[in-house]
Amino acid sequence: MQPSGYARSNRDRLDATFAALADPTRRAILARLAAGEASVTELAAPFDISQPAISKHLKVLERAGLISRGRDAQRRPRRLEPRPLAEATGWLETYRRYWEGNFGRLDAVLEELKAQKRHGRSRR
Amino acid sequence: MNSSGALKVTAQSDREIVMTRVFDAPRNLVFDAYTKPDLLKRWLGVFGGYSMPVCEVDLRVGGTYRFVWRGPDGAEMGVRGVYREVVRPERLMHTEKFDEAWYPGEALITTVLVEQGAKTTLTVTMRYESREARDAVLKSPMESGVAQSYDKLAELLQSGALEKARR
Repeated sequence: MQPSGYARSNRDRLDATFAALADPTRRAILARLAAGEASVTELAAPFDISQPAISKHLKVLERAGLISRGRDAQRRPRRLEPRPLAEATGWLETYRRYWEGNFGRLDAVLEELKAQKRHGRSRR
Repeated sequence: MNSSGALKVTAQSDREIVMTRVFDAPRNLVFDAYTKPDLLKRWLGVFGGYSMPVCEVDLRVGGTYRFVWRGPDGAEMGVRGVYREVVRPERLMHTEKFDEAWYPGEALITTVLVEQGAKTTLTVTMRYESREARDAVLKSPMESGVAQSYDKLAELLQSGALEKARR
């Protein structure tokens, strides 16, 4: 069932966000960037993989809009862009809240049906 | 078994979503609430100014259902499907297709009601035509391993660390 007001363009962007987040190295990079901007060399340091491999991950994150490049032309530091992440969290929350809302209302309907049943029985 | 009121949502295989929820009522009542239009109209998708002006249920194998919601701005959203299995009060299987598709293809929804004590455990399995369709509905971070890492990122978001990172 559809959480209402959920536009297609938003969905495409979320697809990119979630695909980017599906990889543990990329999540570790994001966690590192949450502490502050860093150069490619600095980002590669904690990982046992080559710099080109890190660059590839950075490209995926950049395309998903999760990171951007700083102004320093020499270091070209990467930094976190919090907005897509906030939107993705919002989507999951929306989906869960949608069904929690439905089932909360269903609880109320069931209470009423139970009360009617009890009432019906006592009258007999 | 989870406690009454707690909603569990999980991804299963590569094209299913499974939801479980315990209700404090016998299953014949839950089954009624799932299949009788006057009851469905009171809980399914009716919030934030949305109502369900069309709710038709032909509850038999091969029978169809048709739901239309109308928003506060007058915009409508409709869904239809066919019942494949009807076993009152324990099992329902039906197809689902939205007028304005927000996931590719058609979904097959199986609803199972298990009664224990005076409580009913509802298990809804939504099976999509492809992994892409499933993931359009429920994104991969809901899967266990990813979900944990993802939660940490969400925590970071809330802690304000990301705001600092922007400066």
